Amino acid sequence: MTVLKVSSLTKNFGGLAAVSNVNLEIEERELIGLIGPNGAGKTTLFNLLTGVYEPSEGKIELNVDGQMKSIGGLKPYVITGLGLARTFQNIRLFKNMTVLDNVKLAMNKSVRYSALAAVLRLPSYYREEQRILNEAMELLEVVGLAEKKQVLAKNLPYGQQRKLEIARALAAKPKILFLDEPAAGMNPQETTELTELIHQIKEQFNLTVVLIEHDMSLVMKICERIYVLDYGKCIAQGTPEAIKNNRRVIEAYLGED
Amino acid sequence: MKNLLNKKNACWLLLIAGSYGLISLLISAGVVNNVYLTVLMTIGINIILAISLNLIIGVTGQFSLGHAGFMIIGAYCAGVAVKQISASLGGILTGMLIGIAISGLVALVVAIPTLRLRGDYLAIATLGFGEIIRIVILNMKITNGAAGMILPKLVDWRIIFAAVVICTVIIINFCRSAQGRACISVREDEIAAEAMGINTTKYKIMAFVLGAMIASVAGALYAGAFYVIKPEMFTFNKSIDILVLVVFGGMGSFTGSFIAAGVIGVLNTVLQQFSDIRMILYGLMLVGIMIFRPSGLLGTKEFTFSALFNRFSRRKEVRE
Repeated sequence: MTVLKVSSLTKNFGGLAAVSNVNLEIEERELIGLIGPNGAGKTTLFNLLTGVYEPSEGKIELNVDGQMKSIGGLKPYVITGLGLARTFQNIRLFKNMTVLDNVKLAMNKSVRYSALAAVLRLPSYYREEQRILNEAMELLEVVGLAEKKQVLAKNLPYGQQRKLEIARALAAKPKILFLDEPAAGMNPQETTELTELIHQIKEQFNLTVVLIEHDMSLVMKICERIYVLDYGKCIAQGTPEAIKNNRRVIEAYLGED
Repeated sequence: MKNLLNKKNACWLLLIAGSYGLISLLISAGVVNNVYLTVLMTIGINIILAISLNLIIGVTGQFSLGHAGFMIIGAYCAGVAVKQISASLGGILTGMLIGIAISGLVALVVAIPTLRLRGDYLAIATLGFGEIIRIVILNMKITNGAAGMILPKLVDWRIIFAAVVICTVIIINFCRSAQGRACISVREDEIAAEAMGINTTKYKIMAFVLGAMIASVAGALYAGAFYVIKPEMFTFNKSIDILVLVVFGGMGSFTGSFIAAGVIGVLNTVLQQFSDIRMILYGLMLVGIMIFRPSGLLGTKEFTFSALFNRFSRRKEVRE
């Protein structure tokens, strides 16, 4: 079943086509890699898919309850509500909130009490807060941050901040998870842990995962299919083996002979 | 109900009852005379103003300079209610409820276009709206224009005390909820908040409207406590005074707002004997605070009993 379909997507910034005529088709429970040299338009593509930018042309369709729904140009929070969550390349945690509150925040959409009930501290407030607390703690267990729940996000070490971002994205209960350079700045040990974590959450939460990554060992190891972008265009797609031997990809990375 | 019965809430209740008892005792013993009582009442009203603006600026991160505009709505609704309905506490309270409703509505109308703006632009837009509200009131017949209204004294310190407690509980409870977390996330990182499914505009409006409604409560209390209300009391300068309290105490810290309102209230009284150089001393002290504590007296820290208990139990563990 196709969960995300992108057809002839284009984004122009002035005269520059940051993303031009890109087509993607992502199946349920796939693990997709999105690679390309610096400035190829990978993050722009993510921003288009998650609603940060509005597409100049083309269509983005998301499978919502079995029906393909066009999500191009919708607000980011609406798109997140439809089952699409992300992390950021340059970590964007809520720095002065605790680890726990960062995760709780992403569950806001499922909270079933009104502001009035919160002010009056009605039973629904306590019931829901307890439920959110339990669910948030489960997620923190998964990424191994349960003991740090009261630490402010800005005081976490770098690698753990990346993991917290993943936990926070999971808290939004996505069907598709977008990871923007999750291993950037991590050492090999941390990268190995991260690889395992991505596998684990994919199985546990029944996710489709799309990740941008420069660490080729990680991409080649875990991705089932890879799309390669260069100068905003999709120049190749296929299995890791096929991509490794693709002439155009090698040229894009290393230049022509 | 059982959720409310715990050690923390018992301590808070004790603290509130204790302060109430202390003030009544000091008044009946004659230590607090009428002058001091006026200072106390001013501090109480300033606390309500400061925490309500702190909700907008400190918690949600939206820089509003129109807070006096919502205070004036509350003051005049109470004033008009006293003149037109009944010159009693009931009249003031009716006026207060009407004021809450009107300022909530006005805030909603102001918020929808202006909260799309950010930073400086938002400050200028809210400043303009505050002045518009004041000038509308200045030109209305029912408000007696520039001459203002003279009202009987209908609100004593007990009412203000109760209002401070209720407003604080409302704001703190709001901040410690899913809605409050959403407001904080807007302050922290708007793009990330949107990406986590938060409708940022909605929560900005929610905080702005709640802050405005509570500011109008302070206005109504002011009208009932201090005999005279005039439009010229609620100019842009009043908004700045409230902003000073928030920044001085620490943006995002309600404990800070309490302390700031208290310190500045006392300071103003003490400095009154140096009438000529009063504003200079006041200014110097503010500059000093900003140099030595740039994020305000308390930054974003709050006083809570649970933190206090944790510290005690940790000390005990260390000793054992």
